[in-house]
Amino acid sequence: MLFNFMKARPASFGHTLGDLAVGESGILEDFDMPQSIAEHLINLGFVPGLEVVVARSGPGGNPRVYRVDGTEVALRRDLSRCIAVRPLRAQEAEMR
Amino acid sequence: MGVPVSIQGTVLIPKVAKGSPVFKTVAVVGPPNAGKTTLFNRLTGLRQKVGNFPGVTVEHHTGSFRLDSGEEVSLIDLPGVYSLNPKSEDEKVTVDVINGVMPGAERPDAIILVLDSKNLNRHLVLAGRVIALGLPTLVLLNMADELQKQGGQVDVLPLARQLGTPVALVSAVTGEGLQAVANFLVATPHMPEPLELPIFGDPRHCREWAVRMGSRAAYRPGATPEWTRRLDSIFLHKLWGGVIFAVVIVAVFQTIFSLGQPASDLLQKLLDGVAVRLASVLPAGLINSLVVNGVWKGAGSVLVFLPQILLLFLVIGILEDSGYLARAAVISDKVMAKVGLNGKSFIPLLSAYGCAVPAIMATRTIENKRDRIATILIAPFMTCSARLPVYTMVIAAFIPNRPVLGPVVGARAVVMLSLYVLGFAMAVATAKALKSSVLRSRDVAFIMELPPYRWPKWKSLGLRLMDRANAFIFRAGTVILGVSILLWALTYLPMHNGQPPAIGDSAIAKVGHFIEPAIRPLGFNWRIGVGLLSSFAAREVIIATMGTLHGVDPESHAMALQEALKSDLTPAGAIALLVFFAFAMQCASTMAVVKRETNGWKWPILQFLYMTVVAYVASFMAYRVTLLYWH
Repeated sequence: MLFNFMKARPASFGHTLGDLAVGESGILEDFDMPQSIAEHLINLGFVPGLEVVVARSGPGGNPRVYRVDGTEVALRRDLSRCIAVRPLRAQEAEMR
Repeated sequence: MGVPVSIQGTVLIPKVAKGSPVFKTVAVVGPPNAGKTTLFNRLTGLRQKVGNFPGVTVEHHTGSFRLDSGEEVSLIDLPGVYSLNPKSEDEKVTVDVINGVMPGAERPDAIILVLDSKNLNRHLVLAGRVIALGLPTLVLLNMADELQKQGGQVDVLPLARQLGTPVALVSAVTGEGLQAVANFLVATPHMPEPLELPIFGDPRHCREWAVRMGSRAAYRPGATPEWTRRLDSIFLHKLWGGVIFAVVIVAVFQTIFSLGQPASDLLQKLLDGVAVRLASVLPAGLINSLVVNGVWKGAGSVLVFLPQILLLFLVIGILEDSGYLARAAVISDKVMAKVGLNGKSFIPLLSAYGCAVPAIMATRTIENKRDRIATILIAPFMTCSARLPVYTMVIAAFIPNRPVLGPVVGARAVVMLSLYVLGFAMAVATAKALKSSVLRSRDVAFIMELPPYRWPKWKSLGLRLMDRANAFIFRAGTVILGVSILLWALTYLPMHNGQPPAIGDSAIAKVGHFIEPAIRPLGFNWRIGVGLLSSFAAREVIIATMGTLHGVDPESHAMALQEALKSDLTPAGAIALLVFFAFAMQCASTMAVVKRETNGWKWPILQFLYMTVVAYVASFMAYRVTLLYWH
């Protein structure tokens, strides 16, 4: 059962934060994880509707550092795959 | 750019610095990393103490703030919280204290809310919740100096009008604007009702509300300093990040051993000097012996560890305040994940190389309860500084100093290093076993906020070190002192005609002979048995005990004690003793702190039994195997 919730991804999840490459960004849409973890992320600035940038990847590619709402937060790859985003195209991201 | 922050810092508060406080007890609330503790330290200085609320593991500081009039207001520093959701223990404590339902805490009659002025879009959400509680509130927008440096700004006047509370821009580090606190405490103006509070529950709405409040106050957060990004591109670099991490860890240990050991030795010499003086000043007899051998030696055995422990915490404190520890947690996460833990366990485990007591207190940053307990359970396997004098003594007595790997690395160094590896390996194995069985957790998430890099401030480092020193001396010290006195009494009983018995007839020898059958399979005799028993109070106590049993002062006659040990142990028994010390939970203070942090006796007792069984079995195996090769 370990990590179970992180593997089960509903079909409605198109793009996730985990799919974005370093330097890309997306608009936060939804969480697929226990309520308590989602709340913690929201407290740290992961509010649906905000833009998240993949700031950098740590040694070994995991965890990665995301920039959101003026702060930087490190998340593991598996948790990143449970956060739905709408990817922003390069020009779109620049305009924002 | 030279607009002094302090001028606009006090608004809607009449400028009266003198007068009697209108509040008696004020709670200091704020999110983590907003500088709440720095502010609390600046306001209260050394007039503070640490405490635990009954029934919860959340620690809190109380202190008093002295007004110009000389009157004092009591301040309660509450744990850092992002919101007031009673699901988390920290947030429940905060809510309970504010509502006055926390036993042992006075109900506060006002709140000082500390927010990071550079993060208002997030932090104002908490302001909405706190203000909704209805107590008089002062909102401090902290780190105003950094906000200004990063090109951000905020107008406090419109913000105060919107929130219906006094608002001040301050810097807890420089002290700018803090007059607002004194002003708030002596004369709170009548404030209008807040114009609009957010609808709680919908995070999107809350944040929109916060942004709206900010924009009405012309809020501009400023940019993250460029050098934080530049430093991260080095410290979190794919290749160099790991290399720098390794260098930092080696440097931490190097500092502790190269500076801490001589400092401990020096302190030991001083304490011994005092012991000699005491012995000559006091009249000879029972009292003399009690004071010198019972009390002073007992206290001394605690104090000698202080330099190393303080040094470790100074180094860790510098790393923490600079922001590097958060990066270290990110880098170590991948490795920690392999044993089922996460990067947040790394910091406590590093501290455990100094002392398990503060390490276990440091596990509070781990949100996941099971991960936290697993970390608490494996921390005492790390080679703490109390094991070092024991290792040193036994190794010096039994291991010949001959080169093993080239001329530099000798047999003694190899044995010492093996003991470090042994403890670490057992910690890893235990973590793996726990995390795949009783402490398996489903919702593991590693979420680590990376604060900007900044220079550590000596004052806040100093206050924290004092805190640690106090905790160590009083929590660990009282236990060790008690055991030394008990041990002393047992060696002096039963008395014959007012004379202490020969050591072989003393009460302690009887205890030793009683347990001898149990430890004979490990190659230990009754004297080692007594030493072991005494070491369950604290590991290093065994040295003083062996000294007492052989009538040798371990300090002045270290060689003589090593010779005497050879009559107690065979080389195989010595190896068995080292292995026993690597694994056994011989530390009353650690047990006390585990009991407090886990809120009951279940975990400390399980941990004690587990570690003792592991130590016994491993020690037995080490004895039998060594016997095959080395008689």
